[in-house]
Amino acid sequence: MGTAQTEPSHFCDNNANGLCRAGPVMETLLGRYKNLIVLAAILFAQLIGLAVQVKRPTQEGDIRLIRVWAIAAVTPFEKAVVHTQNFIHDKWTGYVWLRGVRGENADLRDQIERMKLEQTRLTEDANMARRLQTLLQFKEQYVENTVAAQVIGTSGNDQSRLLYIDKGSDDGLKPDMAVITPTGIVGKIVQVSSGSAQVLPINDQLSGVGAALKDSRLQGILKGAPNGTTTLQYIMADEPVKPGEVVITSGGDRIFPKGLDIGRVAAVEPGKDLFLNIRVTPSARLNRLEEVLVITKVEYKLPDATDLGPIRASDILSERLPGVPSAQPVDANGNPVPQPGATSPAAGAAGTGAPATTTGTTQNAGAPNTAAGTRTSVPAGTAATKPATASPTGGTASRPANQAGAGAGRGATLPQPAGQSAAGANPAAAATNATKPVRKPPVSTPPANTQPPAAKPPEVVPQ
Amino acid sequence: MNARATPFRGSLVSREQVAVYEFSWAAAIFVPLVAIFLQAFVTAKLRWLAVLDLPMMVVIFFAVARRNPVTGCITGAIIGLLQDSLGGPSHPIGMFGITDTIIGYAASSLGVKIDVENPGTRFLITYIFLVVHDAIYFGVGRGLLRQPLVWSWSHVAIAGLANAVVGVFVYHLLDRFKQK
Repeated sequence: MGTAQTEPSHFCDNNANGLCRAGPVMETLLGRYKNLIVLAAILFAQLIGLAVQVKRPTQEGDIRLIRVWAIAAVTPFEKAVVHTQNFIHDKWTGYVWLRGVRGENADLRDQIERMKLEQTRLTEDANMARRLQTLLQFKEQYVENTVAAQVIGTSGNDQSRLLYIDKGSDDGLKPDMAVITPTGIVGKIVQVSSGSAQVLPINDQLSGVGAALKDSRLQGILKGAPNGTTTLQYIMADEPVKPGEVVITSGGDRIFPKGLDIGRVAAVEPGKDLFLNIRVTPSARLNRLEEVLVITKVEYKLPDATDLGPIRASDILSERLPGVPSAQPVDANGNPVPQPGATSPAAGAAGTGAPATTTGTTQNAGAPNTAAGTRTSVPAGTAATKPATASPTGGTASRPANQAGAGAGRGATLPQPAGQSAAGANPAAAATNATKPVRKPPVSTPPANTQPPAAKPPEVVPQ
Repeated sequence: MNARATPFRGSLVSREQVAVYEFSWAAAIFVPLVAIFLQAFVTAKLRWLAVLDLPMMVVIFFAVARRNPVTGCITGAIIGLLQDSLGGPSHPIGMFGITDTIIGYAASSLGVKIDVENPGTRFLITYIFLVVHDAIYFGVGRGLLRQPLVWSWSHVAIAGLANAVVGVFVYHLLDRFKQK
């Protein structure tokens, strides 16, 4: 302060021509504010030093402060320049330079129309892709090989509800293959040509599907009607069937795999003779089918021992009664050959603790009666895999659950191993279902070396 | 060295009372170094003495005695940066530098206008500059560097009082290095 110098610059002595008038002014300013300039310079240098060494933590990591400051200093100017540029450009192109806009507008309108059509087509494709994707997921759950097909036509008359699909023998389709959708079964193939096939839907009057009620496990036959309705037949009139109950395939027709969804019970009415007339609403929208899956190869799975179905009193009673011996194959020497999957009386008495490997007629003598009374439940897979080592006279063949006959539907509904639903094989047992004593859910099988308690009555609970 | 008159306008004292002092190079070098050493060494032993800021007192003393803002800026910057260099890895170099630069500039500018030879004046300007020093340090650390600094008026007031009291004696001691 106070050190201002007003002396003219040595480099601008001749300033009469006005060329060097800036020199003295600059020197005057520098001299007057020399102290402040020095202060600012020193502070600036130290601030730069601080900014270089200090890092500021951010989400992307530490950033040097000088970079933050530089960005903060430059960004507003950049924004101002860009915004100004955009403003001018928008005004120019929006209000002044409009040459060719009319033609461009017409072209764009045409393009919009074309794209609308394209969008419609793509939407349909996308929907189809989603449906096919759903079908694929469905396939992974239930069947091994399928062929996706599109419904291309119908029979065209009221009496027949045949469908035509766009896949045929060239794609591996054969008659009696099941046709399904993710929501439920559709029907079966009845006739195949090279590039198409006829599908007989389940609501056709000629159709018949082995069906079962999912909860009560009652089995019957699902038949179509001329009016397009489907009814579940051959269910005894004294069976409790409620509307809304799910109907699934029983697998007994050898066409549809067991467990596929058919529909739900819509109404239950008394029918002819001793049977109910159960009207079923199909799950698949049979009137609006677009894509279907043809099951070309069924994946057979072993029944899951943990998924035990209900047990019926008729099963127990049937096991108490002597069954019809199955024909035992013999080898060349006349010795009986064990059959896999067939359960011997000993197997029937497996719950009594009879060792699975025990053979001989001594233990199995009289087994049909005593075994039935003392047998505890065995998981389905267990009984089915035991070798038939006992006398053929006492055994009731154990069947997989999906092979249970229609008679098996008459029983109480407590959980049972699927492999024990043998009542269907014994009509007499089915008829003796009046008392309906039922057994408790399966209990664990005793150790193999445990001696069975003699003539112990089965543990039953009222229905 | 001879005292020389400086350009003067609007001073609170007469022109004859304002004198500019100079120091030998040894004093100009070693006094700040000793102050920084004591600041670092003594506070390591007696933590409560950290409330004193000997380097700042030296900056004020040299700036007021020389009465040259440019020299005061440079002196404050050098002493402050030296003080920063002892601050450890977590202490950014430049915080004390910036603070002492401003203090040196302000003290030298003030020394041109008022008589700073009086102990009362020295007590007062030391107290004021300590508050300003802490305020600048807080502003730089909190505002620019986002450091978790806390401002405490009571602490600043007590520190200012302690520095002012000690400063009077320190200035009296440093007067011996003045050369006219």
